[in-house]
Amino acid sequence: MSFTTTKSAYWKGVRDGGPFVLMIAPFAMLFGVLATEAGLKVYETLVFSIVVIAGAAQFTALQLMAEDVPTLIVLASALAVNLRMAMYSASLTPYIGAAPLWQRALAAYFTVDQTYACALAQYEKAPQMTVPQRMAYFAGTATPVAPFWYGCTLLGALLGAQIPEAWALDFALPITFLALVAPMLRTRAHLVAALVAIITSLLAAGVPYSLGLIIAGLAGMMAGAQVEARQERKQEVPV
Amino acid sequence: MIDSQSLWIVILGLGLGSFGFRFAFTGIIGSRPMPAWVLRHLRYTAVAVLPALFAPAVVWPSATGGAPDPARLSAAAVTLVIGLWTKNVFAAMFAGGGTLFAMLYLLG
Repeated sequence: MSFTTTKSAYWKGVRDGGPFVLMIAPFAMLFGVLATEAGLKVYETLVFSIVVIAGAAQFTALQLMAEDVPTLIVLASALAVNLRMAMYSASLTPYIGAAPLWQRALAAYFTVDQTYACALAQYEKAPQMTVPQRMAYFAGTATPVAPFWYGCTLLGALLGAQIPEAWALDFALPITFLALVAPMLRTRAHLVAALVAIITSLLAAGVPYSLGLIIAGLAGMMAGAQVEARQERKQEVPV
Repeated sequence: MIDSQSLWIVILGLGLGSFGFRFAFTGIIGSRPMPAWVLRHLRYTAVAVLPALFAPAVVWPSATGGAPDPARLSAAAVTLVIGLWTKNVFAAMFAGGGTLFAMLYLLG
């Protein structure tokens, strides 16, 4: 698809980002509900979503804060969950690195799983796009995604206190995240990374300051990287 | 209960840090390439950290005072299997949630 104007690129972005609203709305509401259940005020919950704008990291921080984990460990763990944003940034750089700094800063704030996935797919598909068109497309994908993230967080926060205990909401988070992660386990390396991380986190559950999570995360990452490196070496062997 | 000072430290720190990650390359590093071994480890952060975060909550749920609970264990197993099989986040969520409620109801 070729664009004649930056405006058409923007609207293409809006259309491509639109369907993700279906996925964002329930997650944002769940965050609002669980945050207020954990004792956050409505405005604190909303500011959390606006400042951080990253579902998985927000849920991680919330879970650990509710377990009374020291603040530094909460921060380190939630940041670890968001490390993938650095990867997103790295892979967007060749496409939008030439845009003005203020635009790159705005795009950085709005870099989330959904905008990134749309943008990268579009940039690869249409290499002839100009940098302003790419930026316009990116802005388009964020247009439906971000307001829904804020709005549904607020909605969930307002509903929060009214949800009965029998709904077993304590387990909504583990289920949500297992459901998010399972489809990501596409290769053997991903599976090994997850398995090693799970086993290590169970073995390290008694480690003080909840450092077990960080140890388990690192162990999983190293295991995944090892398997990947080994598979690459195998492919390089001349036949 | 979460105290308000540490909450704001977490919100601001996490916001700044996440922005830092997002801006790291587009904004600061530019298009210089990253070492392959760093990228290789970054690829597995999400699939390692997220399961590690919730594994203890699945095996020793706080709602039962830390005692392993058949309803929650089977809900987690069903979520994982459906997620691996269908690659569909919502199918896995609904299957897991359904299993949890069915098991809680059956086991009373």
